[in-house]
Amino acid sequence: MAKKYDAGVKEYRDTYWTPDYVPLDTDLLACFKCTGQEGVPKEEVAAAVAAESSTGTWSTVWSELLTDLDFYKGRCYRIEDVPGDKESFYAFIAYPLDLFEEGSITNVLTSLVGNVFGFKALRHLRLEDIRFPMAFIKTCMGPPNGIVVERDRMNKYGRPLLGCTIKPKLGLSGKNYGRVVYECLRGGLDFTKDDENINSQPFQRWQNRFEFVAEAVKLAEQETGEKKGHYLNCTAATPEEMYERAEFAKELGQPIIMHDYITGGFTANTGLAKWCRKNGMLLHIHRAMHAVIDRHPKHGIHFRVLAKCLRLSGGDQLHTGTVVGKLEGDRQSTLGYIDQLRESFVPEDRSRGNFFDQDWGSMGGVFAVASGGIHVWHMPALVAIFGDDSVLQFGGGTHGHPWGSAAGAAANRVALEACVKARNAGREIEREGRDILLEAAKHSPELAIALETWKEIKFEFDTVDKLDVN
Amino acid sequence: MPFKSTVGDYQTVATLETFGFLPPMTQDEIYDQIAYIIAQGWSPLVEHVHPSNSMATYWSFWKLPFFGEKDLGVIVSELEACHRAYPDHHVRLVGYDAYTQSQGACFVVFEGR
Repeated sequence: MAKKYDAGVKEYRDTYWTPDYVPLDTDLLACFKCTGQEGVPKEEVAAAVAAESSTGTWSTVWSELLTDLDFYKGRCYRIEDVPGDKESFYAFIAYPLDLFEEGSITNVLTSLVGNVFGFKALRHLRLEDIRFPMAFIKTCMGPPNGIVVERDRMNKYGRPLLGCTIKPKLGLSGKNYGRVVYECLRGGLDFTKDDENINSQPFQRWQNRFEFVAEAVKLAEQETGEKKGHYLNCTAATPEEMYERAEFAKELGQPIIMHDYITGGFTANTGLAKWCRKNGMLLHIHRAMHAVIDRHPKHGIHFRVLAKCLRLSGGDQLHTGTVVGKLEGDRQSTLGYIDQLRESFVPEDRSRGNFFDQDWGSMGGVFAVASGGIHVWHMPALVAIFGDDSVLQFGGGTHGHPWGSAAGAAANRVALEACVKARNAGREIEREGRDILLEAAKHSPELAIALETWKEIKFEFDTVDKLDVN
Repeated sequence: MPFKSTVGDYQTVATLETFGFLPPMTQDEIYDQIAYIIAQGWSPLVEHVHPSNSMATYWSFWKLPFFGEKDLGVIVSELEACHRAYPDHHVRLVGYDAYTQSQGACFVVFEGR
């Protein structure tokens, strides 16, 4: 029966709080951690979030009656307490599939984390997780290559990959920069990386960098007999310049390029990922600006959501933190979202921060990249935490070696292989890590010196963003 | 007193990917790695190539992959048989994972000269 137009302001919960609703397989589900203003009932806050992130506006409007809004509206179908937190609660919201453009992560985020985050009835709001329905996933291309293809292209099997960011991160000329790349790669690394801050600055224009780096990669391959690559950062001021850089990397025969997906934006990222698929190029993804969005426990977007969005938007490697290094990261939570990057199905598991079952179907996997303040002593823990489908990146832990970057690279490679070999042989590498490294150092003066150099360095600070568990 | 640098010279080495930076494995250590491959449910596979072509994607199969083989001794004797037949070739052992269509393990057991 047709409805009558009744002008005025209705309570959100009359329309958007539907505790009896059973979500459909095709619904996009979201879990928000809500902290309302004092005195506002939970149901009203939760319903407001559902409304403002879908079809609602603050006032009833006549034009709503031109359509069947019950078909399009988001619904809050469940409210849960947050363990150990009296002022916040979880709101679970179901969005009909038709609210979103096919294959557009940009569109999903514009709705889910748009205006609603500035809504006055809320003090804080955090998007904890999204369950993407298979019907949406199938409209996204995902990683241009995926883990299996990347291994085949780079000929790296049975171990984590090893990388390093070129330092100093700013200020080197193209030729000096290429020298550092060459040193790292000849020393045994698989990849080197442009620092995210390197785009095309006056001291080193991109074309000049690309040419010297390409020569360094080629030479290191010839001399070591192994496949090598350097993440050429194509992040640029405009999409046109980004594609121009990507094309030149391809022209130089390079295997991998790089993009900063949050500062660059999801539209640029999805476009570049499609270019990579079409042109047989691997894509490394940096995540500058993520901590602005994901670090506060009550406001923003949890990184697991940003990680899921990247897998859908497209990338073959994504930075995830290290757990053990200088940057923030809780172990269980990190394990939870690296599963989201790599597995084909991830079950709901609150102890890892995963609020929903997430089926990824046939979508390719993304390598987890651990980078930031790690050195050889961390190797056993990194191999245990991240497993083989990861890239372990040591910046200071490579260039800081007393003999230079090549020896630093070799030390890391020896340590990595010793840990993998010991793991395969059934040893508990985290517990026996010290012995494993010291044994390996007997055959490697480079490793012995590295172990001596970094023996005192630790980064033991408490995590700011902890999982909500009792 | 003459100046003496404490910095060592790192010489580039040609290596053959995974485990290329470790000393050659003992018989027991190779057994451990084969046991790992079998325990993961992967199929052992032996491949060989002339050193001049070691960067090629495809190395020659030794026979066929040993699908479902669970006997360590069989794999060791196949590795040795391959090495005897092609003494100047690199011989590598692969743990082939049919589920991912990838290699869970891959390392050179005998280096050709």
